Amino acid sequence: MSKHFGQGEAVVKALDDVSVAIRQGEFFTLLGPSGCGKTTLLRMIAGFESPTSGEIRLNGEPITHLPPNKRPVNTVFQSYALFPHLSVAQNIAFGLQMLGKPKAEVEARVQKMLALVRLEQLAGRKVSQMSGGQQQRVALARALAPQPKVLLLDEPLSALDLKLRKEMQSELKRLQRETGITFIFVTHDQEEALTMSDRIAVMSAGRIQQMGTPREIYTQPVNRFVAGFIGETNFLPAEVKDGQAALPGGVTIPVMARDGRATLAVRPELLRIVAAGTPGALPATVADAVYFGTDSHVHARLSDGAEVVVRVQSVAEGASIPAAGSAVGLAIAPGALQVLED
Amino acid sequence: MALTLEEQTGRDQVRRNWWLSLPALVILMVAAIGPLIVVLVYSFLTPGEYGNVEWKFSTEGWMSVFVTKDIFDETWKLADAHMTIFWRSVKLSLLTTALTLVVGFPTAWFIATRPARAKALWLFLITIPFWTNLLIRTFAINQIIRNEGLLNTMLLKLGVISAPLQITYTDTAVLIGMVYVYLPLMVLPLFASIDRFDMRLLEAGYDLYASRAQVLRRVILPLVKPGIVAGSILVFIPCLGAYVTPRILGGGKLMMIGNFIELQFGQGRNWPLGAAISILLLIVVTIALLFYVRAINGENRDA
Amino acid sequence: MRDRAFSVTGLPGFATIAVAVFVLLYLPIVTLVVYSFNAGASPSVWEGFSLHWYALAWANDQVKDAAMVSLIVASFAAAISTAVATMAALGTTRQKAFRGQTLIYVMINQPLMVPEIVTAVALLLVFAVVRQWTGYTGLGYLILAHSAFCIPFAYLPIRARLESMDLTLETAAADLYASRWQAFRRVTLPLLAPAIAAGAMLAFVISLDDVVITEFVKAPGQDTLPTYMLGQLRRAMNPDVNAISAMLLAVTLVLLSLFYLMTRKRD
Repeated sequence: MSKHFGQGEAVVKALDDVSVAIRQGEFFTLLGPSGCGKTTLLRMIAGFESPTSGEIRLNGEPITHLPPNKRPVNTVFQSYALFPHLSVAQNIAFGLQMLGKPKAEVEARVQKMLALVRLEQLAGRKVSQMSGGQQQRVALARALAPQPKVLLLDEPLSALDLKLRKEMQSELKRLQRETGITFIFVTHDQEEALTMSDRIAVMSAGRIQQMGTPREIYTQPVNRFVAGFIGETNFLPAEVKDGQAALPGGVTIPVMARDGRATLAVRPELLRIVAAGTPGALPATVADAVYFGTDSHVHARLSDGAEVVVRVQSVAEGASIPAAGSAVGLAIAPGALQVLED
Repeated sequence: MALTLEEQTGRDQVRRNWWLSLPALVILMVAAIGPLIVVLVYSFLTPGEYGNVEWKFSTEGWMSVFVTKDIFDETWKLADAHMTIFWRSVKLSLLTTALTLVVGFPTAWFIATRPARAKALWLFLITIPFWTNLLIRTFAINQIIRNEGLLNTMLLKLGVISAPLQITYTDTAVLIGMVYVYLPLMVLPLFASIDRFDMRLLEAGYDLYASRAQVLRRVILPLVKPGIVAGSILVFIPCLGAYVTPRILGGGKLMMIGNFIELQFGQGRNWPLGAAISILLLIVVTIALLFYVRAINGENRDA
Repeated sequence: MRDRAFSVTGLPGFATIAVAVFVLLYLPIVTLVVYSFNAGASPSVWEGFSLHWYALAWANDQVKDAAMVSLIVASFAAAISTAVATMAALGTTRQKAFRGQTLIYVMINQPLMVPEIVTAVALLLVFAVVRQWTGYTGLGYLILAHSAFCIPFAYLPIRARLESMDLTLETAAADLYASRWQAFRRVTLPLLAPAIAAGAMLAFVISLDDVVITEFVKAPGQDTLPTYMLGQLRRAMNPDVNAISAMLLAVTLVLLSLFYLMTRKRD
């Protein structure tokens, strides 16, 4: 599926040949920096944008040409878009009323939704009198009330403060479990994506860079963008020959890669500081250490001048952080090196 | 008791404000507000034989707004002629308001949903007629609808009609003229209201299965209602007091309140009656304005 | 097949109505201007281009006199109303609300609220008496009446500008040893100048366009262009009125464009 904005020379490829299959009942996250096309993709699923080419199917049925009000898909908007002239209950009832549900059913359903998001006490409130977190719950209840096949969430937590955000993250997970509805969640917050999703699609420049479970995405990033966007990573340039990567300081490590130049990635927590000269460890000089409480980040310089970060867990006795300027070795945990496509 | 320094400067400030405002207030008092009080006084005087007034208290001016004394049997009867004029004024004003609303709303919506630069241009296009001379605009529309005007000439040429339509000097002409002249007054407040409307609410509406008509009725209209009320009142008020448009397009026969007031100070020679109708008009307009202020405040509260 | 994208803000038929409204709004004005160059007298049959009606209007002494009266009254009214409106704006913005402020607002905006015809007859009554007492019959009455109803129009842009003005600028001037008057003269006034000019322009346009109040206040021989035109309309159609209308329209348009440019610059 593609989406282009503009015409002729000035075409902006917001989405460039994207293809996603989302499973029923899963919590699927579109993750990427702003402008990567994730919101465009979401808005196409909702029906607010139409694709330049390609098709959207829901349970095998093509819905590409359905207007948004005919799609069994609901959205939790980033701004919530709650109707300011309606009460909480009226907001939640809106979609059901538009579907022409009988009054009794609407009322029962609204009650159930209010209970689901724990807002029974505030049914008659005007939405303008509510806190951000409460508005968020109303927006969720409103979108869930018509029992959509798919719930789209467009960075719904970005307006909340940290504490509330954590709370709503687990709340969202609970709601998804309880309702069994497919959630498609858009965010630029990698931590949010990792903790909440069943599967993640990492997007950049209108393309899906990698799709997989949070664990796959974190431990086996396929390219530099994914590795760099999710978590912290050290990039090591290497020369590969006969399945052996030559790293700075004359260390060679076996890798699965073609001969030639390659970029290797290793997470800071998979490096360990050992005594200088330990076989298989990269020789390095400690430049600086930053204490973070649960751990410290040690910045070390390799023999070719490249800087790497090593994460050292804080332990009861107080971890021994080598002083700046001391020579050390950096041991790489087995299987920790990832070869990246460029 | 001595004032603190702060209180003293506060008082000086207020005194300074009044002095600065004074010249404007004096001019307004002399040439706008004060004369209204004179009108109120005149409405309670006795009409003079050749116009003007005699300085004797009388409620005849007010009485004759609604009733007339039969010259033969001296009984009071409802003043049919006056009622016809009042009714025409109210009817034409309401019709004008309704028509401007019906065409003004789509226009305002159209302007408000243009991209930023185009929006400024369209808005400018609607403000030009707003500021141009009312007389010239009435004159321009008159040129179009008169018997030998462009409309009739075209229709005759096309063979739609065989004789020119007599539009001028009818209520329809006055209605067309007022819709034409006061339309910008409807579009501007409607635009202001729609422009503030959060278009993302439309997405929420469509997302929740509302049709276009339902979105219009259930989401847009309730939220831009203050703008609709404001625009309607802004059109209704000048219509009710219209003078130039009915004079030109109504041909002096089909009077509205404004022309009727003039008549009392001219050929009618009943100044107290004219004064009483003026005050009555003022009261109606003031009541309408109070609703207007309420609508505006309502809008600010929601925003 | 590709269907049109679903437009969220679109409503069926609205764009068509809007475009039709704009066409119908401008058609009569454009027609009027076009036919002011018509060689014949018909308002609908084109008989060739000619400046005949302009020449006729130009040669007409009554038109010249009316134009003169219009200009004098509008210039004086604009100057007076802008001066007092500027002072009033300085007295009613940028400070703590004080008792009577609302009263001042209401009084300043009063001309916008009262139907013109009511003000017109009120002035007719009062000025008739004053004329009798003083014997003065000059343009003063018109200038005074126009000054009054122009005040709110001059006041509006000046007040808007003052409210958006940075108060710290004057504090800074005071910090740099400027006296209150110097701060006003050297800082506030230059910053306010575009708004004052805009207010004056608006007042000028409003005065130039007035019909109703002028019609009731003027003494014989004090016709302005609009009241002259109104008088002509009562009689048979005179196409030279087209020419006068077109010229007035041009003046208004130029002043309005200037006004927009002036008030826009600040963003």
